[in-house]
Amino acid sequence: METILVLAHVEADGSLAKPAREAVTAARSLKAALTGSTLCVGLVGADVQAAADAIAGCGAERFVGVAGGAFAQPRYATDALAAESLCREAGATLILAPGTSRWCRALPGVAHRLGGRADAHVTGLPVTDGTLAVTRWYYRQRIEVTSRRTQRPWVILVDPGYLDPWEGAAAAASVQLIAVQPPAGCLRTTVSGFLTPAADAQTIRPDADLLFVAGAGWTKVQTDGKVHVAEAAELTLTFLRQTQASLGGSKSLVDLSGEGQSVLPFMTHLNQVGQTGATPRHPKGLATCCHGEEPHVVGWRFIGERRAVNLDPNCGWVRGKADVVYVADAFAVMAKVNALLAEKASA
Amino acid sequence: MSQTYHIVVCAGIVPDPLQTLEPVTGPAGPGLKNELMLPAVLDPWAAHALYEAAHLAKTAPGSKVWLVSLGPKAKLQQVMMTIAQKVPFEFVPLDGPGGGFTESSDVAAALAGAIQAISGLDRSRLLVFGGWESASRAAGSTLQQVGERLGILDQFQGVDQLNIDAAGAFQILERVEGGKHQISACPGPPAVLGWATGSLPEPPNNPQVGMANMRTVMPALQRATVVKMGADGVTFARVALPAQRRETRVVKDLAPDAIAREIVEWIREG
Repeated sequence: METILVLAHVEADGSLAKPAREAVTAARSLKAALTGSTLCVGLVGADVQAAADAIAGCGAERFVGVAGGAFAQPRYATDALAAESLCREAGATLILAPGTSRWCRALPGVAHRLGGRADAHVTGLPVTDGTLAVTRWYYRQRIEVTSRRTQRPWVILVDPGYLDPWEGAAAAASVQLIAVQPPAGCLRTTVSGFLTPAADAQTIRPDADLLFVAGAGWTKVQTDGKVHVAEAAELTLTFLRQTQASLGGSKSLVDLSGEGQSVLPFMTHLNQVGQTGATPRHPKGLATCCHGEEPHVVGWRFIGERRAVNLDPNCGWVRGKADVVYVADAFAVMAKVNALLAEKASA
Repeated sequence: MSQTYHIVVCAGIVPDPLQTLEPVTGPAGPGLKNELMLPAVLDPWAAHALYEAAHLAKTAPGSKVWLVSLGPKAKLQQVMMTIAQKVPFEFVPLDGPGGGFTESSDVAAALAGAIQAISGLDRSRLLVFGGWESASRAAGSTLQQVGERLGILDQFQGVDQLNIDAAGAFQILERVEGGKHQISACPGPPAVLGWATGSLPEPPNNPQVGMANMRTVMPALQRATVVKMGADGVTFARVALPAQRRETRVVKDLAPDAIAREIVEWIREG
């Protein structure tokens, strides 16, 4: 019999973000599958009432919270303190949390404090014969593992994007607030804000329907014997502007940026997909001028439909990984794509 | 910069990312086929942490860098042949399994123990660096537990930049959702920083640095502490390569116009 605690942090506007509601979905399915289990929701933030009200109908028997100005900041020390308090109060054996940057930073340390264990980047929660397992990837999305464990409490950080967020009617939730006073040592760090690219320079859009992956081929010498980096940048930005796609880059292209070579000026390590980059989730992906394992295998492991534009008809990496590969010059194709998109937009 | 730092970099070793990996299950649990034969590299994100540590030590004279690494002794020696030529450090090896199928809590305990045993380490100047995730277990949960064991409450993950002002206060940029960086201020050490890629390129090989490092690396390897670890309490029900393989349609003889039309229709579908 498990005591399931969904841990969520409240956004600055008092709402619950999509990943938190996805964790609620996961917890509800576990409660149904694990006979005799109970469900509790734990919330952390400046004020947790509105968030609790928003998920009042999720089927939780209990709502507990840690609230206050000190807990508004995404800061390891106060987040760990709040989460530890909630876990102890709930007597949780299974702790489900969204795999946000905030919880990924804090909760493995909380598992240590509780004498438990943590599993992060979980992408599946199968229950067989009343026993819970987790599915996650090892070796950077190259080996898929399903495992069970006996240790409790078990902190499970669920990767965002693989479950539907819980939706339901709001109601008045009764939240038991736990009084937690952070000691001075927990307040050494202060979060002053976020560095956000200018609106027209923001090329990473996690909720986009399409991931556009640019490879190093864009910066290579073309058939006329010259490089056309400025044109590549313009084609890419125009495409992103028209489709609102998210931009990914292959490691080789991003590394060129870091080495100060003349490359796509908006491409940074944050755009990188693959072994040492992100593995984003989007329904569709279009790779251009990519050659190699990074973008085609690891980088779009979680991309639904995949197409590629590549000059090399024998590119082994794309075979078996993409649904369609167009053997063509990406400069010519993307110029036509942009023109067509503009035409359709104006029509 | 008048402050000095004792920077301990925790960095594992992983199979070269270009190698084909195939899982196998033996009596001790899952592992990789021919694991000891696969060429190894320093874990990529942890390598960035090492380069950032060396850069910080260079800009704060009097600082020192230790590299704590857990892995089979022979593989550690192989990796050190390259890494020791990059930046100066004192090596603290732990002889044990380096694969991904071990518990991060056990690894954290071994690393924290090794850090606590470093002679002359000043905890008030301590910065624990590492990669925010390994390329083996890929859990991103080890450094936090190392920090907890060392009593360090100022922890940062996905770090891309560390700025230090004249008074020694830190400004730290951490990756968060949506391509943003979270900006934090911290008065100084001790702190744990799990690095993403940072901003430094891989340093070129420097034979002089290599020779200086190897004078301490080989003796350190000879007296490496043997640590045992596994995954007690964990049952690996399935360990497999992804089976998904797509039937790729290769389109060779279509004009850019026609390809563009197909792509635009596909983008606009559903």
